[in-house]
Amino acid sequence: MENRSDKLTIAGREFSSRLMVGTGKYASMEQMVRAIEASGAEIITVAVRRVNISDRSRESLLDHIDLKKYTLLPNTAGCYTADDAIRTCRMAREAGLSDFVKLEVLGDEKTLFPDNEELLMAAKVLVQEGFTVLPYTSDDPIVCKKLEEIGCAAVMPLGAPIGSGLGIRNPYNIRIILDTVSVPVIVDAGVGTASDAAIAMELGCDGVLMNTGIAGAKDPIAMAEAMNLAVRAGRLAYLAGRIPKKLYATASSPIEGIIE
Amino acid sequence: MRIFVNGEEHAIEPLSVLGYLEEIEIEPHRVAVELNLEILPKGEYGTTQLKDGDRIEIVHFVGGG
Repeated sequence: MENRSDKLTIAGREFSSRLMVGTGKYASMEQMVRAIEASGAEIITVAVRRVNISDRSRESLLDHIDLKKYTLLPNTAGCYTADDAIRTCRMAREAGLSDFVKLEVLGDEKTLFPDNEELLMAAKVLVQEGFTVLPYTSDDPIVCKKLEEIGCAAVMPLGAPIGSGLGIRNPYNIRIILDTVSVPVIVDAGVGTASDAAIAMELGCDGVLMNTGIAGAKDPIAMAEAMNLAVRAGRLAYLAGRIPKKLYATASSPIEGIIE
Repeated sequence: MRIFVNGEEHAIEPLSVLGYLEEIEIEPHRVAVELNLEILPKGEYGTTQLKDGDRIEIVHFVGGG
């Protein structure tokens, strides 16, 4: 039985869903809305970008999002320096809709791996300014520990490069991170299909964040539902306590009473 | 006078930030504004007058991961 009280708590706020989804890369606003709905997510990421002054006809994302239902997590996608990320977060907060930020400071365009040095600098400033910081980082327990010590509300190690669909490339590092920090560990980036999300949860992660895995699927709405189920299944399996892995067989049927 | 809006030069008559947003039909409550690299609090949109050479950034939320 799924336990309704098994809530995800971030910065004192409780969430029922452990799946967080992005709002990018969808074919249309309508598809995005239906996919988010199917995912069961309560936290959704958004990007902060210049308003197109000359083309006023373009639809506004917020026209399609019920702000009473969802918690917005503005990201600092596209920022390569701590200064840019800090500036973006301040603007995101000034839009007046969220104190939560997904802090990303990228180091490289091809891999989109984080620049952890800049990330740590940005995180320090933002935590001091009262932001609830959820940092996207590498699967490095040392950096995760530093992010926790700085005061981040969670750590979000990548499973694999953003949009790569390679799944959880280093589950052992993720397990070490789970042992290293007390804040929620949310795998962010690289999830390609349902089993990847389930694996993350079976390892003991507190949540999974994805965008391309759903939006890039042939049928995003169906995939969103698959991910919803996978995160819940993985969490249930984790809490249920799996059997150990053994080299040799142990019969499931009794040895006595076999006919001869 | 001329100002720079999201990197582009525009010629405008003197007015407040709020007046400018209204002129270009942008809802103030859905955006954030940075004036000369400083975040402008929403409460000050109406009282802040734009000056020649001002650089403003107007941002909003769009889809992203």
